[in-house]
Amino acid sequence: MTTVEERPHTGFGRTLRKEDVRLVRGKGNYVDDVRLPGMLHGALLRSPYAHAKINSIDTSAAEAHPKVLAVITGETLKGLGLAWMPTLSYDVQAVLATDKVRYQGQEVAFVIAEDHYSARDAVELIEVDYEPLPVVADAKKAMAADAPVIRDDKEGQTDNHIFDWESGDQAETDAVFANAEVVVAEDILYPRVHPAPLETCGSVADMDPVTGKLTLYTTSQAPHAHRTVYALVAGLPEHKIRVISPDIGGGFGNKVGIYPGYVMSIVGSIVTGKPVKWVEDRAEHLMSTAFARDYHMRGEIAATKDGKILGLRVKVLADHGAFNATAQPTKFPAGFFHVFTGSYDLQAAHCTVTGVYTNKAPGGVAYACSFRITEAVYLVERMVDVLAYELKADPAELRMKNLIQPEQFPYTTKTGWEYDSGDYPKALQLAMDMAGYDELRKEQAEKRERGELMGIGVAFFTEAVGAGPRKHMDILGLGMADGAELRIHPTGKAVLRISVKTQGQGHETTFAQIVGNELGLPTADIEVVHGDTDQTPFGLGTYGSRSTPVSGAATALVARKIRDKAKIVASAMLEVSPDDLEWEGNRWQVKGDPEQGKTIQEIALAAHSSLELPEGVEGHLDATTVYNPPNLTYPFGAYICVVDVDKGTGGVKVRRFIAVDDCGVRINPMIVEGQVHGGLADGVGMALMQVIAFDEEGNHLGASFMDYLLPTSLECPSWELGETTTPSPHHPIGAKGVGESATVGSPCAVVNAVLDAIKPYGVRHADMPLTPAAVWGALNGRPIRTDLAIP
Amino acid sequence: MQVPAPFTYERATSVEHAIALLGELGPEARVVAGGHSLIPMMKLRLARPDALVDINGLGAELAQIRVDGDDLVIGSLARHADLLGSAVAGEHFPIFHDAEKVIADPVVRNFGTVGGSLCQADPAEDLAAVFAALDGVATLRGPAGVRQVRVRELHVGPYETVLAPDELMLELRVAIRPGGGSAYEKVERRVGDYPVAAAGAAVWLDGDTVRDVGIGLTAVGAEHFAAPEAEAALRGQPATEESFRAAGQLAAEHCNPSADQRGPVDYKRHLAAELTTRALLRAAARARGQEA
Repeated sequence: MTTVEERPHTGFGRTLRKEDVRLVRGKGNYVDDVRLPGMLHGALLRSPYAHAKINSIDTSAAEAHPKVLAVITGETLKGLGLAWMPTLSYDVQAVLATDKVRYQGQEVAFVIAEDHYSARDAVELIEVDYEPLPVVADAKKAMAADAPVIRDDKEGQTDNHIFDWESGDQAETDAVFANAEVVVAEDILYPRVHPAPLETCGSVADMDPVTGKLTLYTTSQAPHAHRTVYALVAGLPEHKIRVISPDIGGGFGNKVGIYPGYVMSIVGSIVTGKPVKWVEDRAEHLMSTAFARDYHMRGEIAATKDGKILGLRVKVLADHGAFNATAQPTKFPAGFFHVFTGSYDLQAAHCTVTGVYTNKAPGGVAYACSFRITEAVYLVERMVDVLAYELKADPAELRMKNLIQPEQFPYTTKTGWEYDSGDYPKALQLAMDMAGYDELRKEQAEKRERGELMGIGVAFFTEAVGAGPRKHMDILGLGMADGAELRIHPTGKAVLRISVKTQGQGHETTFAQIVGNELGLPTADIEVVHGDTDQTPFGLGTYGSRSTPVSGAATALVARKIRDKAKIVASAMLEVSPDDLEWEGNRWQVKGDPEQGKTIQEIALAAHSSLELPEGVEGHLDATTVYNPPNLTYPFGAYICVVDVDKGTGGVKVRRFIAVDDCGVRINPMIVEGQVHGGLADGVGMALMQVIAFDEEGNHLGASFMDYLLPTSLECPSWELGETTTPSPHHPIGAKGVGESATVGSPCAVVNAVLDAIKPYGVRHADMPLTPAAVWGALNGRPIRTDLAIP
Repeated sequence: MQVPAPFTYERATSVEHAIALLGELGPEARVVAGGHSLIPMMKLRLARPDALVDINGLGAELAQIRVDGDDLVIGSLARHADLLGSAVAGEHFPIFHDAEKVIADPVVRNFGTVGGSLCQADPAEDLAAVFAALDGVATLRGPAGVRQVRVRELHVGPYETVLAPDELMLELRVAIRPGGGSAYEKVERRVGDYPVAAAGAAVWLDGDTVRDVGIGLTAVGAEHFAAPEAEAALRGQPATEESFRAAGQLAAEHCNPSADQRGPVDYKRHLAAELTTRALLRAAARARGQEA
């Protein structure tokens, strides 16, 4: 038996997640676990129609239910000035419908009862007289002259148009296209999908009638932003609002916005004087909360005959649903779609996006999309394969020929974004080596001879994460900078308070590792406090893979402030000048005399003791900081997927998936790999089985997990992960963020693989999801278009 | 959380007690066994029984899987996992293991029951096609006594069976005959999903000739989950891929699929042919001892 020296884990590297101690034992504390004395239960009545006028609402039978305390309708809210609330995109959204309902599942009335069952029973007793109106479920019909106007509540709104946005240089791009040897166009839909976290949304509102303080336990990825919005919406003083985000069972961008249910739990608590819990069910969640994508894209790619890509031209029709409530930096109506030029060195690029209203649920930015980069990467990576198809070129070789070269960094794209660092060819070559790319092509050729269908899909992505520089990026005027506070107790144990909020990403571990790496403290000695606005500094929360790029930087910098302070204390302890000290991993020591040194633990005790400190040094060992990122960080990766297709059934089996990710410096490689695994599974899900579909009447066809499918381990191969490490030059620890990389990069690799498999059938493009029925249709000469997402 | 409308709940202590309770509680009472179809429908308030009669305590009477004379007998309260784990069922009819491997997921299989699946009468039920292929017989018991009903006559429409409101399914019997092989083929969008289409086949060979055959289909609108025209055409034919393909075509022509998110009509009809053929090929290989 070998003995291993027991040393506490410190700094970067693989270590078990601190939060798992409670989570794997079922001792997590989610919103639905919150039970307060006297707590009441709320339930929402939702619209069965996608578009209908509300003639009248009769709540008398519900109010007569013996366990019902109150029934609130839009009319009640109107009296309080709360019937409408602002969205994160400078639109308004109905809290409870007053004039009409605009999508199926929209909130109409709120019942408060003694228990959840009674609340649900009473919801069924409310009688609403609806007058159905014509429905716009198809974004492509939203701008037709005869389309019904969905947002007639908005003054001056006479059609379903929301915004026009563009990026790049149109004239320059048109010139490149006019002179190009090869131009290929393709219509590409990224269908509406849903992030579907396993925990649905909910809140418990507790308005203390004596102190006037509201405590809101809620499923929020951005508790501080929510607090400010509630202050602005409800007119509550901000210091009297405490937002607590307890354990969150997955967010994926779905829990960034504010939903009517949250507001109703607050109203319910104000009305009844008691705590009110509202937790939606699965169907409500899938029907009404933030969906993702729904981008109808037309891509054009210009190239030389020998495969040098020259330009990209893109037109997008963006379906935003009935209210423009996308959760993204407010000045970015199409998110970060600017990066549609992908990982390639182009001469010109131009893109326009038009946003429209439809009679569908609001949202659009969610499901780890990195503010529309998922759509952008899918577009460009499909277009490169479409070009490869036309040029009869190998898709990996074509990419290799056009990738931005390492010496070109920092690289400014044709849309004006500065990619910070990268070595793209190295990552692609590593993925090809891991896959055994040439052997796979040989195997494919042999199989084709025998009539068997096997495909190899390649995708390369560049992400843009860590929003963002406050002069460019804000949400409703709140700059996207994040604070951190670090306190070292006298015994050398630390408490870090951060503004971001884990939904499963492992912040309590990785942020402790950042502090430990800077100060030489064991990971176990650092407590990470987050998700409670009364306990943590202000910041914009966790989404867009921004926690490590922004809050992680704040954490490293606040720890460095402590280190600098500790140096002065150490100099007093050692009676030397601070200039004579050097940092040695976990202690300050005298230059040239390693025997003389003090660890952070020793210094912390001294900082709280009677030790005489130099003039101007306050004592104790704590610090605060706010980090304003100078630029986004740009993780990237090369993915290769291998599939087998059963031509008799259209079934697709993902045989292998090779994922090389470069997210800069890895704090905890195990957690990084876990994030990548999850995102790759998402990609298989979106590529092969997921769509939030509607019929022409706007009926939602995916409101359960029997209709909206999540991939399981059996659809996923054993992931083969690789890494390269190109540190971010402007991030304090060189980290780039990885939360969404795999979700951004993987769907296209799977789709490209399926299309590669069925290439002998002359199929150049097919829209997701590539279900067995869709693939069989393609094999039988039927174009695969999921267009409207209506089968 | 989705919660059902109000209902009352009774726990049966014996088969007689269950039948008596059903009689007392009337036609709006439902039997609950595994509950993996009924309870979700109740939570969505698509099903609203006034009362539930829980028969989970009747395992000693109703959950056995055994050979009785020339019959394999499967208790109605046998769990999917019991059938999947039953060596005797797999030895005589590998189709059971084929099908149970692709029914739902382990959590559902641990509690969902064979009888419950058949009585739920979902038009995409896997076991309905399996028992149709094997021409199994259900034993039903009501206040007036016991009766036998072929599974091919059990279902009268989607979610409808011939069971009277106060009748309970006790067991299922399948005749064990020599020279047989069986198999099940399913296409699903994702593991655990209901089938896009599925086919079960049982074949009994005399040398290279099909002595008898049973074909079950599900999710494609086949009447009684069976393909009698294909069976009739195949009996007495050589057990070759060609005749199996012809039988598959016939099965496809006589089914009546409807379009939904799992696929269009022509695709499902194609699958009826393709999967019938594949199931027949595997069943015949097994009958010949060429495949486990």
